[in-house]
Amino acid sequence: MSEVVSALAGARASGMVELADAGATGMITLRGDHALLGAAVQAVLGLAMPEVRRVVAGEGAQVLWMSPDELLVITGYDVAPGLAADLQSALGDAFATVAVVSDARALIRLSGAQARDVLAKLCPVDFADFPVGALRRTRAAQVAAAVWRTSDSDWSLICFRSVAGYVWEALVTVAQPGGEVALYR
Amino acid sequence: MLLLTCPCCGVTAEETEFANGGEAHLKRFGPGSDDADYEAYMFARKNPRGVHFERWRHIYGCGKWFLMARCTMTLEVFGTYRAQTSEPPAEIVAKIKARRPEWEGF
Repeated sequence: MSEVVSALAGARASGMVELADAGATGMITLRGDHALLGAAVQAVLGLAMPEVRRVVAGEGAQVLWMSPDELLVITGYDVAPGLAADLQSALGDAFATVAVVSDARALIRLSGAQARDVLAKLCPVDFADFPVGALRRTRAAQVAAAVWRTSDSDWSLICFRSVAGYVWEALVTVAQPGGEVALYR
Repeated sequence: MLLLTCPCCGVTAEETEFANGGEAHLKRFGPGSDDADYEAYMFARKNPRGVHFERWRHIYGCGKWFLMARCTMTLEVFGTYRAQTSEPPAEIVAKIKARRPEWEGF
């Protein structure tokens, strides 16, 4: 068995905010009709279906609304294959897809009072109206990303593994001390 | 800069989050159709000065295609609507008529 290495290998940085690679994280993509997916998520994870552009967080798993026919489950790296198998059997022969994509993306955590300022430097998003539990798929600098708010000062960002280094360096650069913009207070 | 609202996920974002997909409501003429029809389907585009219907994709967001009516002169966006339709919905047509009474219609 090969050793699991996250794209950013546990990188950490400190500046206007604390940045941290979340390390190896389990991710499961579900595609199909949301009514079908919602029933499977409820049965296997015991979590409600997230509303449009929302995240439902439970113990050991988060369910992210990604598009009108897609959900992403964030969970532990080791338990992802088992959960995916359970979700697949809950869905049965229904027209839906379950795929373990844990190694496809990088998950970066941002924490600090200025997290919104840092994100707003890279994403064309108005973060003034962004409650806890909301999710937004957008671009970070020049690549696709999704950000969601886990608490008042904690944010998560996912991007594809191939561009993780780019996104990380962009975040570290815009979060350097001295770059405060105080856009959001 | 256009500000578009994706009818699939409800996000309002600037145009850099979207990708343009050319003219909307084209009728396809495939193999076996008349040469003139096929040529018109392949190459002839309206390119109007004024009201225009376009296909757009929310490429950095939910990834879905949708349609939009806008003015090519003023860049005013009249509205966006779902792609699963062969002609603009009545409320979009009404909005355009209200803003451009001289518009000849779809």
